[in-house]
Amino acid sequence: MKPLAAVLCGVMRTLVGAHAHWQQPPSSAPSIYFANHTSHMDTLAIWAALGPRLRAHTRPVAARDYWDRGALRRHVARQVLNVVFIERHRQDRQDDPLAPLARALEEGSSLILFPEGTRGSGPLPAAFRSGLYNLAMRFPDVRLVPVYLENMHRSMPKGTFVPIPIVCTVRFGAPLARIAEETREAFLERARAAVVALA
Amino acid sequence: MSAREKFYWLMGGVLILLVIASLLGAVLRVRASSAAGRAVVENLVSRVRAWWVMVAIFAVAFLAGPIATLVLFGWMSFFALREFVTLSPSRPADHVPLFLSFFVLIPLQYALIGYDWYGLFAILIPVYAFLVLPAIAALAGDPGDYLERTAKIQWAIMVTVYCVSHTPALLLLHIPGYQGQDALLIFFLLLVTQLSDVLQYVFGKLFGRTRLAPNVSPSKTLEGLIGGGLAATAIGGAMYWITPFTPLEALGMSFVIVVMGFLGGLTLSAVKRSLGVKDWGAMIEGHGGMLDRVDSLSFAAPIFFHLTRYFF
Repeated sequence: MKPLAAVLCGVMRTLVGAHAHWQQPPSSAPSIYFANHTSHMDTLAIWAALGPRLRAHTRPVAARDYWDRGALRRHVARQVLNVVFIERHRQDRQDDPLAPLARALEEGSSLILFPEGTRGSGPLPAAFRSGLYNLAMRFPDVRLVPVYLENMHRSMPKGTFVPIPIVCTVRFGAPLARIAEETREAFLERARAAVVALA
Repeated sequence: MSAREKFYWLMGGVLILLVIASLLGAVLRVRASSAAGRAVVENLVSRVRAWWVMVAIFAVAFLAGPIATLVLFGWMSFFALREFVTLSPSRPADHVPLFLSFFVLIPLQYALIGYDWYGLFAILIPVYAFLVLPAIAALAGDPGDYLERTAKIQWAIMVTVYCVSHTPALLLLHIPGYQGQDALLIFFLLLVTQLSDVLQYVFGKLFGRTRLAPNVSPSKTLEGLIGGGLAATAIGGAMYWITPFTPLEALGMSFVIVVMGFLGGLTLSAVKRSLGVKDWGAMIEGHGGMLDRVDSLSFAAPIFFHLTRYFF
């Protein structure tokens, strides 16, 4: 492990524990881990919880406008987390916004994704945006693993810039079943319900 | 005997105890037949394993000197407070008070011991934190459950920071004829509280019939308290040679430590159950959380500290 990666994991363990709780044994098959999003530490918490073996081929999806800013954050995003950047704002986009994510999945990587697209203020996720659905349609064999981040909204509520130490468990649920001919709305609501069910 | 020599004798004794406990665990593991019996033995084995680690950490800290000891207790407070805060409902308005508790109060409280500033050490949390933290929470402008929230934060820092810090605060004492040996008093306090916990557990498992407070702490029994408490008091009395006390005084001090430790375990069990859980956390294998391990210490330490400070 790179020294900075070890430091980041140590900080996460000390502040929030970020220990994983798996409902089913973890698998290194290509997966999309999708989670509720309540704090700036969520990406790091899931990344730390995955453990070194799964982490090695998992890439967090990160908004370029937040993660590609400032020397340290950019270094962490690019060199340590190996993130896949996504353009959140329509005017910054050149082509298909999901293209970099699809490329990462084609290369056999797993993804960490927050389908709400932005942080919420309560523990339960708001409605999911359609990115998760589009990726799921394009990659029918990828495992869709719901993740619930417990307590992160208390450790670093929206509008605060420093975390407080609170034990946050990262709960990984059973992969979402694939249902043929399911509408986009039904799929997204089912995916959201799978995250809520872990709360 | 020098402090160092006494320390090595003590560690020798503790290591022998641990070896015996480990061997006992191995034998019981072979002999346990029922499922319930196996569960008890597995818990016992993991508790003993955790004891090896805890003793090793303390031994290193003691040998490394007073600053390492203060840092170690600072981290114990940090993790105990983290467990308490995790279980107490908080709101965004509590963010700044909680941040200050973790990152200002804990370092400051232990630094005051290092700087030998007893006056401020004694009132930092009961006076300054008590007044300032609720004021900051009030400024954040959220009156919902305000008294409950601020009371829980105050309870949390009193128990996990203020009370626990009285253990290394023994380094502040300047007892005539006992210079340079204060660290052994810490060892004495830890030995009696922890042995009392262990022996009450063992006596309770062997002879426990009468439950003392079934709704608050179902594992505490009268037989465990009397048997384990008396045994721990007797061992504490026999350890007078590492303290500034006479054998009789050591016996009396041990008795006070055992009684306060029992009350600490009971009280924090009530707190824990009112927050709706059985264990404070899962940090220490077999024992539960950090606070499950230091609950008795948090009540015994301030009283032992004051008695020693006043009379010696």
